[in-house]
Amino acid sequence: MRRRLFSVAALCGLGLVLSLPAVAADDEFKLVIQDHKFQPTELVVPAGKKVKLVVENRDATPEEFESHALNREKVIAGKSSATILIGPLKAGRYEFVGEYNEKTAKGAIVVK
Amino acid sequence: MFASAIIVFREVLEAALIVGIIAAATRGIPGRNRWLAAGIGAGLAGAALVALGTERIAALASGIGQELFNAAVLGIAVVMLAWHNLWMSSHGATLAAEARGVGSQIRDGRRELSVLLIVVGLAVLREGSETVLFLYGIAAADGGASWPMLAGGLAGIAAGIAVGYTLYAGLLRIPLRWFFTATGVLVLFLAAGMASQAARFLIQADLLPGLATPLWDTSAVLPQASMVGTLLRGLVGYEERPAGMQIVFYVLVFLAIAAGMKWMNTGTPPGHKTAAS
Repeated sequence: MRRRLFSVAALCGLGLVLSLPAVAADDEFKLVIQDHKFQPTELVVPAGKKVKLVVENRDATPEEFESHALNREKVIAGKSSATILIGPLKAGRYEFVGEYNEKTAKGAIVVK
Repeated sequence: MFASAIIVFREVLEAALIVGIIAAATRGIPGRNRWLAAGIGAGLAGAALVALGTERIAALASGIGQELFNAAVLGIAVVMLAWHNLWMSSHGATLAAEARGVGSQIRDGRRELSVLLIVVGLAVLREGSETVLFLYGIAAADGGASWPMLAGGLAGIAAGIAVGYTLYAGLLRIPLRWFFTATGVLVLFLAAGMASQAARFLIQADLLPGLATPLWDTSAVLPQASMVGTLLRGLVGYEERPAGMQIVFYVLVFLAIAAGMKWMNTGTPPGHKTAAS
């Protein structure tokens, strides 16, 4: 039973990897983390669309992009970039933080 | 210092709650403590490795490596928790009897213990790697390590473990008649909550549609970052703004395991059933 379970899991995993969608040309927006702060602190994005956030961490230390409002969390290693897909979102203000430096690393996505 | 204590506490708490529940749920299985310790040790080692490899993992699968990794870890944990509950449904009666000092030796306890080791290891690995990264960030800060922040982190770890232990000690006070039913229900909620989290990572990776995003918004009533919200998140997988697909996963996993438990339980010889139910 265990072996069968394992093969089912392996097949599911394979299926997942094979079904990776070619990401469509989503709108791309850039966020920079420097000195444990986000730049810009407010990002205006269009409503009702999937949007790609490219977050570049210029600090040497890792950061975790976290937003309960956007339902997203992603660790970004020091001196590296990560892509986070968000939306489609309704108009409004969606706050996010850098969890490891919550005091300084704050920002919001403003959907219009 | 206080801020860092809170962050670390949140991460450690989730793992500690899982370890506390699993430790209680496997009460009475011989050799459990050694396996538990091995699981925690393996999880810590794994956490350090994952933290070190953050950048590499993230770059896998054209940038969604981290999401796939988290979803896989959670998925395996769900399968193991399901296995545990099914196993307990057919052995809980014997275990309860053994805890009372009667009853017979449990034969396939070893396989159950390896399942326990994996669940505990994965929980520690997932939450631990984020804690390691956070503490590393403090230690490697420009201008030298911030000792108060590090001390806060350590206090957070201690507080998280204390809550996990309190849960464990509290569970042990439940009368044996209901004990394994109670831990079974807790494990059921844990598994469902993890399935919902796995779905969230697959949605984030754009591999699953979110359906309704969010399905509800209770951030004004019960914020996820509040104390109660954090506890509920660790215990039953509460989220303030979940996607519809997460709830689909939650409900399906919950029902599937519950049905399996029921099915296994009716398969138990009638003499063994009375103590568990």
